[in-house]
Amino acid sequence: MDYQSMLLTGFVALYIFMLAAFAGFEIIGRVPAILHTPLMSGSNFIHGIVVVGALWALLNASNLTQQIIGFIGVLLGAGNAAGGYVVTERMLEMFKPSTNTKSKE
Amino acid sequence: MQVAFIIDSSYFIAAFLFIYGLKQMSSPRSARAGIVLAGVGMVIAVLASFLYSLDVRPEAKPMLQTNMLLALVALSLGLGWAWWSGKKVAMTAMPQMVALYNGMGGGAAAAIAAIELSGYQTHGSISLLLAVLGGLIGAVSLSGSLIAWAKLDGRINKTLRMTGLQLINGSLLLVLGGVAIYIVWQGGQVSQWLFLAFFAMALLYGVMMTMPIGGADMPVVISLYNAFTGLAVGFEGYVLNNPALMIAGMVVGSAGTMLTLLMAKAMNRSVRNVLFSNFGAAADDGEQNISGSQKPIEASDAAINMRYAGKVIIAPGYGLAVAQAQHKLFEFVELLQAAGVEVKFAIHPVAGRMPGHMNVLLAEAGVPYDLIFDMEEINSEFKEADVAIVIGANDTVNPSARTNKSSPIYGMPVLNVDQARQVYVIKRGQGKGYSGVENELFFADNCQLIYGDAQKVLAAMLQAVKNLESS
Repeated sequence: MDYQSMLLTGFVALYIFMLAAFAGFEIIGRVPAILHTPLMSGSNFIHGIVVVGALWALLNASNLTQQIIGFIGVLLGAGNAAGGYVVTERMLEMFKPSTNTKSKE
Repeated sequence: MQVAFIIDSSYFIAAFLFIYGLKQMSSPRSARAGIVLAGVGMVIAVLASFLYSLDVRPEAKPMLQTNMLLALVALSLGLGWAWWSGKKVAMTAMPQMVALYNGMGGGAAAAIAAIELSGYQTHGSISLLLAVLGGLIGAVSLSGSLIAWAKLDGRINKTLRMTGLQLINGSLLLVLGGVAIYIVWQGGQVSQWLFLAFFAMALLYGVMMTMPIGGADMPVVISLYNAFTGLAVGFEGYVLNNPALMIAGMVVGSAGTMLTLLMAKAMNRSVRNVLFSNFGAAADDGEQNISGSQKPIEASDAAINMRYAGKVIIAPGYGLAVAQAQHKLFEFVELLQAAGVEVKFAIHPVAGRMPGHMNVLLAEAGVPYDLIFDMEEINSEFKEADVAIVIGANDTVNPSARTNKSSPIYGMPVLNVDQARQVYVIKRGQGKGYSGVENELFFADNCQLIYGDAQKVLAAMLQAVKNLESS
């Protein structure tokens, strides 16, 4: 199989950015205020994906400076992802409907 | 099958799980499942990224083993620390913790930019521009979030306000923009010292931008930096030709912007106002002529009145959480419910430290979310309520926001607790609210104040009703 990663440049990148931006707006626009804090924390978790980019940079480091910066990058990125996940999960776990009354929605 | 194909498909799955998970998070029923799905996506993407080691740049080949080791150590350290700190942080301290994690993400984006720029090989000027911009935004988000964290955590109490600060910040931003353009103009072939100066100035700008902002506005700022980090991650994703970073970063960038606007709107402040004006500055003028007096009442008397009421609405504020009284409160509510009283919670959009924070704090105490109502849903019901009880809230229930044009909080939507037949306010002392404004509610004819720590007052209320039931 002759597979090559596609190059996401120029208009392809622009389309990705545009559609992703609309997706973000649409998802948040309909959220009830009760979930704003967990959602901010949840979106904070999602940009923790930056750890993947930092990993690439560190694995491709070819001198000491790059290794140091890469190490810091992976460390910070991992903290972002793991911390974001834990606090979001802790908050959302607590949302429970009452058992006796009929729940709305 | 080729490695690139495995990596690409894992990123595709991760991107799908992120968006689908975020969507699930937008309803309280499925929210828990949503974050778990997004978490699965993250694990897949990170595992797949180790396949990069099979195909690194030629010049990095000799160092690959060291780099692998470094990556594993950094990953476990970051993960371990964040997991531990996230598990033990108190719910009241959640906003600053989010700020801290967010700053780390911004720092990671800036680190990617720094590496890319230090060994820059031409990928075109768009890529270079986005690397520089992503680095700038990421660095600002890092230092700004750290200041926000320190302020909310009470480590910095000073609010830096000096004339000319706007001017200094403005010039700093201009210089940063100039250097960014110069770097792109030179095709990235500039002295390493210039890069260093660039990042140092960006960090400084983040500090200077956040220092003048007061504590009440901090959540809006954190949300803004959250959007910033997303944007920076998206830009670095372009540089690395990584669709997972591009999509996740841009989704968070726009969702965070939207959330910031929603929060600012709930506080009746524009984002511009939050960033460039001082909240407390205008609070002194506007002499208030409030007639009437503050009337105290014993906790037990108030409790027994509520026990025989038909409908009680509770308006909690940050003071409730600070006193850690939400568990006692819910115990009291269950007692009232058992006695046939209809109880509802009314949540102002900015109750707590950021929108939705109070919901989290109540959920922690086990309050079911269908007892909790947003301001718009419940404001018309105060007229029919026998008792409205305000616990640790002040500005969010101040009726002068509706009527007094000279008040600094004029125009902010408030809970109409003053329309209830009887209002009780649990308060520690005779102090003013966060905005420094006197609250005319406390002087109203139908309002009585219960002085004391919310936890102790609620304990006394519980006792009073229990004594009544057992006698």
